[in-house]
Amino acid sequence: MPLSAIRIERLSKTFSSGKRGLDDISLTVGKGEMVALIGASGSGKSTLIRHIAGLVTADRANGSTISVHDRAVQDQGRIATNVRDIRREIGVIFQQFNLVGRMSVLTNVLTGVLGRIPAWRGSVGAFPLTEQRAAMAALTRVGIAETARQRASTLSGGQQQRAAIARALVQGARILLADEPIASLDPASARRVMETLETINSQDGITVVVALHQVEYARRFCQRTIAMQAGRVVFDGPSSQLSNERLRQIYGSASEELILPDAGEVRRPAPIPEGLAAAVAA
Amino acid sequence: MTTATSIHVPPVPAAQRYGQLAFWSILAVLLAWSFYPAEIYKAPLLVTDAGNMARYASGFLSPNFADWKIYAAEMLVTVNIAIWGTFLAILFGIPFSLLASNNVAPAWVVQPVRRLMDCCRAINELVFAVLFVVAVGLGPFAGVMAVFIHNLGIISKLFSEAVEASDPRPVEGIRATGATRLQEVIYGIVPQVMPLWLSYGLYRFESNVRGATVLGIVGAGGIGQLLFENIRGFYYAETAAIMIVVVITVAIIDIISQRLRKVLV
Repeated sequence: MPLSAIRIERLSKTFSSGKRGLDDISLTVGKGEMVALIGASGSGKSTLIRHIAGLVTADRANGSTISVHDRAVQDQGRIATNVRDIRREIGVIFQQFNLVGRMSVLTNVLTGVLGRIPAWRGSVGAFPLTEQRAAMAALTRVGIAETARQRASTLSGGQQQRAAIARALVQGARILLADEPIASLDPASARRVMETLETINSQDGITVVVALHQVEYARRFCQRTIAMQAGRVVFDGPSSQLSNERLRQIYGSASEELILPDAGEVRRPAPIPEGLAAAVAA
Repeated sequence: MTTATSIHVPPVPAAQRYGQLAFWSILAVLLAWSFYPAEIYKAPLLVTDAGNMARYASGFLSPNFADWKIYAAEMLVTVNIAIWGTFLAILFGIPFSLLASNNVAPAWVVQPVRRLMDCCRAINELVFAVLFVVAVGLGPFAGVMAVFIHNLGIISKLFSEAVEASDPRPVEGIRATGATRLQEVIYGIVPQVMPLWLSYGLYRFESNVRGATVLGIVGAGGIGQLLFENIRGFYYAETAAIMIVVVITVAIIDIISQRLRKVLV
């Protein structure tokens, strides 16, 4: 049994604009871990997750590799030829849910099995009854079984995100990559989604990597936190060590973005630009 | 209240300003260039010779419906031609439209497919009808083929525009499950574009009923042949009756397809 779920070595990504998205990242995530990925907008969290899922390619640097369960997803900027097999083991949850709005919730969840059943069956939509039952079981588990026959677009954001989690469950993924899953949700829905992820992690032993914008959720739900800034890993350790003080050391004034205002910190109003102040005074 | 002079209002970017100027200049040049070749200078004749038109038009005022059964039967054949022509164009247009979409197929497939579809679209239905009359003989089947090929070009273009405007995020969601490229299209793109496709398809059907009414002129079936013969024979009353049949049919189809679109979309 391999011990590491995700292993990344010397990963860099330069965008076509010349901007450095990821800068020499090396890290390992153990099987069954629940890891938070913290960082401000543009720090590289999403980019890293999309690389692990094999949705984008890295720079063609020597020794740059990503492997999942000891199978290469991409190596030196080339996606593995058997990437479809590996993707089956990786469930991806997106900020905007990425469900197909006009299809029913059940069909959306059933698309999770596409990688496991014969291609012709998947292509004509002839999902076996056992898979349909599995999909219903997953929907029950995330608490939205009653919406199965509704169009996905009729669901609230929180429900859509839970449907997306059900899709990953049906997929039989051993690793769940969540790219800011709660960034477009209200606090109650956000907590619900995080709790669902936590349950999946603890009960099924599925490795979870969740990119988060705010550190409170990381402290509450994840043992380990990886903090990123400008494409680099700037902190990797127990979430409990990542205090607001520590965040300020790492990010400076940008740390305000990562701390919820109701966490006992009062944000000062931004200073008014000079021209505007003059206009108001006049 | 006074405004502080220190506040800077950003000027309209030069590219935007000159872009507008360029647009109107080009339009003016095009219209001027086409003025004489298109004989726009003859416009006053519409007023001075209005009497001629009135005399010609008055011939249509008493339509003769004596042969209405023949007209109705031929009109139905015209609708039948449009039904099959549109169906075949949609059936074959779907794969071609996907191959002509930048977000589905690579550029070396997209460009040749698009040029081929341009050919289908650029050549008029009547020209195709003549071609198919030679190939499969006189009659409605030549009309079906003409409608099919011409519309294949139009449908592919319209459909592929819908595909290119589709949201890439659901496609990525499907891709992440380990689905095949074909399944990405079936589950990620097709459900998104289906309402637009249906709407375009119905609109093309309406247009094709109108278009198919002239195919008979070259012997490709339908009411066009009757229409053309009666115009050439100066049978104004009969021509008027045929035109009324055409207008009623087109109006009925227009109403039905509008209702359908509302239900489907």
